[in-house]
Amino acid sequence: MLQRILPIARYTLLEALRNRLLWLTLILVAAGLVFTQFLQQVAITESNQIQVALLAALVRMGAICILASFVVTSMVREFNDKVVELILSRPIPRSSYFFGKLGGYATVALALALIFSLPLALFAPAPRVALWGLSLACELLIVTCVSLFCVLSLTQVTSALAAVTGFYLLARAIGALQIIAANPLSDSMLLSQQFVNLAVDAIAFLLPGLDRMTQTSWLIYNAPTPAEIAGLLAQTAVYLLLLCGAALFDLQRKNF
Amino acid sequence: MRGERPLSHVTLPVLAVLVSGLALQIGLHCLMPAPQAKAEDLPPAPAASMLRLASLGEPIALAKMLMLQLQAFDYQSGTRIPYKDLDYTRLETWLARILDLDPAARYPLLAAARLYAEVPRESKQRSMMDFIYRQYFLDPNRRWPWLAHATLLAKYRLKDMGLARKYASTIAKYTTASDVPPWATSMEIFILEDMNELATARIMIGGLLASGKVTDRGELIFLNAKLREIEERLKQDGLTKR
Repeated sequence: MLQRILPIARYTLLEALRNRLLWLTLILVAAGLVFTQFLQQVAITESNQIQVALLAALVRMGAICILASFVVTSMVREFNDKVVELILSRPIPRSSYFFGKLGGYATVALALALIFSLPLALFAPAPRVALWGLSLACELLIVTCVSLFCVLSLTQVTSALAAVTGFYLLARAIGALQIIAANPLSDSMLLSQQFVNLAVDAIAFLLPGLDRMTQTSWLIYNAPTPAEIAGLLAQTAVYLLLLCGAALFDLQRKNF
Repeated sequence: MRGERPLSHVTLPVLAVLVSGLALQIGLHCLMPAPQAKAEDLPPAPAASMLRLASLGEPIALAKMLMLQLQAFDYQSGTRIPYKDLDYTRLETWLARILDLDPAARYPLLAAARLYAEVPRESKQRSMMDFIYRQYFLDPNRRWPWLAHATLLAKYRLKDMGLARKYASTIAKYTTASDVPPWATSMEIFILEDMNELATARIMIGGLLASGKVTDRGELIFLNAKLREIEERLKQDGLTKR
C-alpha cells in the first residue's frame, strides 16, 4: 500500500514546490519581519512582546490561508484535468489515493509550520517557540484534512474555501460563543434561547478546540503545560481520524 | 460526477474509522474543561488608533464584536453577583474604546448603566456612573437616557441626592433635542423637592412653565398642581417656623 501512497505524496510535494509555495512563504516571513520591526520601533514599551505577538498572529493566519488555498486549488485542478479519474482507473484503491494526497499536503503543512516558527526564535525563547511551532503544525494538519474533506465533497474552489474558512472561524470562536450563549442577561430563558444554546453546544462537540491551540501567550508569558500539550496532540489525532473517516466515506461513495 | 454510489460501496474499515473518530471526538470534548470567562482575564484595552487599524475600515463591526467579547468577560457563570470581580478601570477603557469606534452605539452605555452600575459595590457604582456622566457630554441628545438612569441610581440606590441633582441638572441644561420627554429634563425639580429644597424647586417649576418648553396639556396641569403643592408646603413650613 505504501508503494502506491508514496509516489502520490511525492508528486503532491513536487507540485507545491513548482507552485512556488516556498517563495511565497519566505516572502510572507520577510514582510512580517519588516512590518513588526516597524511597529516595534514605534512602541514605547514591551516592544519585543509586540513584535512577537504580531509576527506570530500574522504567520499563523498566513500559514492557514496559504495551506487551505493550496490544497483546495490543487485538488480542483486535479478534478478539472481528470487526473483523479486517470489515477483511479489504475488498480489503486481510493484510500491509497486519499492517503497519498494527504501525506503530500501534510508534509507541506509541517514544512510551513517549521518555516513560520523559525523567525519567532529571534525574539522568544527557543523551547517556547518549539512548542508553539508544534501546536501550529497540529493546527495546520487539521486544516489540511478539513480542506481535503471539503474539496472532495464540494469539488469547487469557492465553495470549498468558504467551507474551510467558516469551519476555521467557528472552531476558533466556539468557546466564546458557548460562554455568551450559556449566560443570558435575563434569568428567564426563552425556548428559542434554549434551542440556540443546545445548537451551539452540539456544534462544539463536533469542532476541534482551535481556540486552545497555538496561543500567542505561550510565546510571551507562560509556556503551555504538559497537560495542554497532551490535550492538543490528542485533539489533533482524534480529529484527523474523524476527518479521514469522513473524507474516505465521501470519496468511496463518489461516482466518477 | 454523476450522483453517488450506494452505501454498500463504503468499506467496513472506513465506517469503523468514521464512527470511532466521531465517538473519540465526542469523548474528548467531554473530557476537556468547559470554556469559562474569568473576570481577572480582562486585558487592558488597546489604543484607539490600534483598534482603528485592526478594524480594517469596519469600525462599527469591530465595535459590535468587541462588545460581545466584553460581554463574555462580564458573565461570571454560576455566581449570583456578576461583574463584581471585573477591573473597572480596564472595563471603562474598553467601553470608551467601543464608543470611540461606534459613537452612535447604545449597547456600551446600556451595559454601563444597567449592568456595571448596578453591582452591589458603591465605589464601582460611582465609578461607572461617573463614566456615564463623562460620556454624556460627547453626545447629550442621544445619551441622556443613560444619565437619567444614573440619576435614578444615585437617588434610590446610593441615596446621594447631591449627585442625583448634579446629573439631573446636567440633563436639563445640555439636552436640547425636541424628542426628549419633559420628565427627563424636569427630574431636578423632583429631586429638589425630595431634598426639601422647596424654594428652589418652586423657582424651577415657575421658570419651566414660563419658558414655554412644556406644551403637553397633561404635563402643564401636573406641573401647575406640583407648583401649588410646593407653595402650600412652603406656607406650612413658614407657619411652623413662626
